[in-house]
Amino acid sequence: MSVVRYRQWSVHAHPRSLAVGLLLVLLALGSSVLLVGSGEYPMSPARVVETLTGQGHPADVFIVQEVRLPRVVTGLLVGAALGLSGAVFQALVRNPLGSPDILGFTHGASAGAISVIVLFGGSSAALAGGAVVGAALTGVLVYLLAWRGGLHGNRLVLVGVGVAAILTGVNGYLLTRADINEAGRAVLWLTGSLEGSGWGNAVPLLLALCLLLPVVLLGCARGLRALEMGDDAAYSLGVPVERVRLVLLVCAVLLTAFAAAAAGPIAFVALTAPQLARRLTRAPGPNLVPALCMGAALVVCADLLAGRAFGDQPLPAGVVTGVLGGAYLVWLLATQRRAGRI
Amino acid sequence: MDHRSDRARLRGEGMTLAYDQRTIARKLDVTVPDGSFTVIVGPNACGKSTLLRALSRMLRPKEGHVLLDGADLSTMPAKQVARTLGLLPQSSIAPDGITVGDLVARGRYPHQGLLRQWSREDERIVQESMGSTGVAELVDRFVDELSGGQRQRVWIAMAIAQQTPLLLLDEPTTFLDIQHQVDVLDLCADLHEQQGRTLVAVLHDLNQAARYATHLIAMRDGQIVAEGEPSGIVTAELVEEVFGLRCQVIDDPETGTPLVVPAARRRAAV
Repeated sequence: MSVVRYRQWSVHAHPRSLAVGLLLVLLALGSSVLLVGSGEYPMSPARVVETLTGQGHPADVFIVQEVRLPRVVTGLLVGAALGLSGAVFQALVRNPLGSPDILGFTHGASAGAISVIVLFGGSSAALAGGAVVGAALTGVLVYLLAWRGGLHGNRLVLVGVGVAAILTGVNGYLLTRADINEAGRAVLWLTGSLEGSGWGNAVPLLLALCLLLPVVLLGCARGLRALEMGDDAAYSLGVPVERVRLVLLVCAVLLTAFAAAAAGPIAFVALTAPQLARRLTRAPGPNLVPALCMGAALVVCADLLAGRAFGDQPLPAGVVTGVLGGAYLVWLLATQRRAGRI
Repeated sequence: MDHRSDRARLRGEGMTLAYDQRTIARKLDVTVPDGSFTVIVGPNACGKSTLLRALSRMLRPKEGHVLLDGADLSTMPAKQVARTLGLLPQSSIAPDGITVGDLVARGRYPHQGLLRQWSREDERIVQESMGSTGVAELVDRFVDELSGGQRQRVWIAMAIAQQTPLLLLDEPTTFLDIQHQVDVLDLCADLHEQQGRTLVAVLHDLNQAARYATHLIAMRDGQIVAEGEPSGIVTAELVEEVFGLRCQVIDDPETGTPLVVPAARRRAAV
């Protein structure tokens, strides 16, 4: 642990975490440049950088700014939002499985979006709105069902898993009511894809992040660290436990909601990013910023892999994160059980 | 001896304590004499841990209030309370992969802020806290590698680093072997005598309570049956009334404090 001091101010710094964060940012940006350059109209990384700095050919500028950049920016933001939201949830419920994928919030976003497609045949803006409303309502429902004179981590997990199961049924039912075109659109959305993402997808998420990041990182991060040691320990340290937990829960649900609204429920990023980040930093605590960087790097790399590794048939990014995330989940369960933690 | 008239920074007045609908104690008054090592004893489910939770702000009384320096605890800002009143909970969770030094450092939370995360004073106090609890040489060890006794010392070091004049301990010796129980209680006695802190502990073992307490509170069914200096109140009648146990009370050969010897149910065959 290192400290940066200036006059009466002092800030903690964990050198290894800083290095990991920096590497992940470089990885995310590097992959972004490759991603901007790939497609039917390939561009070398040098040309991409040239275009991004405003010195490119007008045709390049058009393709980069209107088509490819919004997709990559959406990917970065979605990954960052999911990584952070996963880290907050896992620390809140003190369980590495406590991610929005498993606690039902992602299912809530899906239910909202599918309802819009099936019941109203709505536009993509309405679909995004549906996802946010769906996730937010699920958040309220889970909170009310799990609250009993306070919010207990395990109760939140169990209620969340139950709600997720119910919503899976609801989503399946909605799909059976859809005609084949609507069902196709819904299923594509459900896999989570950056295909066709425009600035309209990136901007609402960017605004949400601008609002929520300071609340989580500056307002609640220290309280969350104390909460990791149990409610009693946090109380005795002077953390306003219920208030911090409610604020964090709201922020994490909204991060999940806006990420899903932008690109659909990209699977398992929220689950894996925080765990991968903490294994790299080897720092105790929720590792919020490294998880955020890891999420952004994961989504952009997954999208790059999905577009390049499977020949002419690009896959949605959600398929890649789903396959990798699933494998990771199995590995996590196996090792944690061996360590006697689950 | 009546402590009610003495100066007391921490007091409970007319407290009715309940979880949901289950009432544990009614109209309870309690005073923690300043500078005392107060120990609360009583049979299981008598409300002793509940009382400690109320005194530490974790349980808000249904009626009545807890006063800290004359102010109602429930209306004070959490951080301000945490600078005066510390608590060692019955169970805390050491985050995965945390070292002893990092854990003890977390005790400084109520003294820190967004731009005052780790002052030189924080550093000094954490060093001192680890020194006085004998865990300084464990500073870089992982908490989950330690033995139960060492771990409890680390948690106590964290509570000490909080630098509160009042420290509450909820069953600090539970789950420890006897030598570690004595270790932890000796440490508490040192904190009380050498650092002048006021300690309040819930203990299971009546003999340990009688040996270490300067002020003993005996509870039964949510009421205080007796309180005062152990040598003044621990009698065979009191033990029978509180615990329903027939016994003899003799002098502890080591300290002269009351020692409870339970009556044998059957006389050994002569």
